[in-house]
Amino acid sequence: MIRPRVIPILLLKNLGLVKSVRFKNYNYIGDPINAVKIFNDLRADELVFLDIMASKEKRTIQLSFIERVGDECNMPFSVGGGIRTINDIKTILSAGAEKVIINSYAAENPEFIKNAAMEFGSSTIVASIDVKNNFFGKEATYTMGGTKSTGYNPVDFAKLMEEKGAGELIINSIEKDGTMEGYDLDLVKRISEAVTIPVIACGGAGTYEHMANCFKDSFASAVAAGSMFVYHGPRKAVLINYPAKNELLQIFSN
Amino acid sequence: MIVIVDYGMGNLRSVYNKLKRIECDAKISSDPEVISKAEKIILPGVGHFKNAMEKIKEYGLFELLNQKVLKDKIPVLGICLGVQLFTKKSEEGDVEGLGWIDAETVRFSIPEHQKIRLKVPSVGWNSVSLVKTDSLLFKGIDPQELFYFVHSYHLKSTNSSIVLGTSNYSYEFISCIEKDNIFGTQFHPEKSQDQGMQLFKNFVKM
Repeated sequence: MIRPRVIPILLLKNLGLVKSVRFKNYNYIGDPINAVKIFNDLRADELVFLDIMASKEKRTIQLSFIERVGDECNMPFSVGGGIRTINDIKTILSAGAEKVIINSYAAENPEFIKNAAMEFGSSTIVASIDVKNNFFGKEATYTMGGTKSTGYNPVDFAKLMEEKGAGELIINSIEKDGTMEGYDLDLVKRISEAVTIPVIACGGAGTYEHMANCFKDSFASAVAAGSMFVYHGPRKAVLINYPAKNELLQIFSN
Repeated sequence: MIVIVDYGMGNLRSVYNKLKRIECDAKISSDPEVISKAEKIILPGVGHFKNAMEKIKEYGLFELLNQKVLKDKIPVLGICLGVQLFTKKSEEGDVEGLGWIDAETVRFSIPEHQKIRLKVPSVGWNSVSLVKTDSLLFKGIDPQELFYFVHSYHLKSTNSSIVLGTSNYSYEFISCIEKDNIFGTQFHPEKSQDQGMQLFKNFVKM
């Protein structure tokens, strides 16, 4: 049986680890390098780092930071935030990242995904798609940390990203982010059915059952979560956690 | 000294760091002079087959690598795209490879009815069943352990003598090879936790 990957998503603001609710209300969690060390010990499948301010501040994530993560990290990790050039990607990969994640610039210039995939291979290029309902109640793709509507329908945009050569998609439901009430199963399913590349579901995970359902019913290739892996208990005490190996098999076994 | 060959394609640093952790004398280099002194070579790789072959030639490494691997017979380890470059040719860019092993690089061909579950690239943890159970490369590694894969292409060969192990993704494919001094893994040992570290330790000892 194929077990989906279970991926902690770590948000960075001023190189500190934060966690949001609906892409707002950022709560400081702690030192990201320390988190990497803990996820090493817990043997996490993979890590994702997103610098949430990078695009708005027109910069990429600090190189020395990626190098520190690369030096420490025993598992694959991807990096996103403000990537706009082939050279940005090259720098991030040579610092030790496995993949890069492109969000804002993918919508602004979809050809960039094509050029990046040609240069580095599809498996290195991840397109991230942030989704929420727009002012008119219509589902739309957003960029710039959920502040800018692109006019793309998420399923159409997913197909476009696949066509341009993205090797993987992260589907992030903005309205579910940080709520821990479950993924947008319908959205993930519609996108998984529309593309042949792996889909990572994100936004809303609160329990292992949410993850299992998203894998089983919505065909996610991987399930990601933020709050679940950095908080513990109803009062949301900060505690980095991750399921053990046998727990992981258990979660997806039914 | 082990040289991690820098041919301009990705992820060298994470391989380097893992070797440093086991106190191995390693260097990242694209300099023919440095590579010619190497006792072992690692060819890592993330990226596009055609670009990689072009860059190997552009950096003037094609002849040198042939010399080191085929004539001097120093141990060489290819990782992911690295091992694919050992093959005769690839569907990715339709170009010839280094041709060190009797194999080709082909794209995953997933049957229609499995496409919703089995996406390409295949990304994630998979098991490896060893065909050669006495291989030094896997010494001390629990056969239950999983390794990290990210790939759209894989090796294909009718020559079973080069196959060290296989994995399954819709069908069985070659996930590691061994032929004399030539070793390669489709998965990333540098991203495969303790079992990956053990594989590097084994290679370093050869």
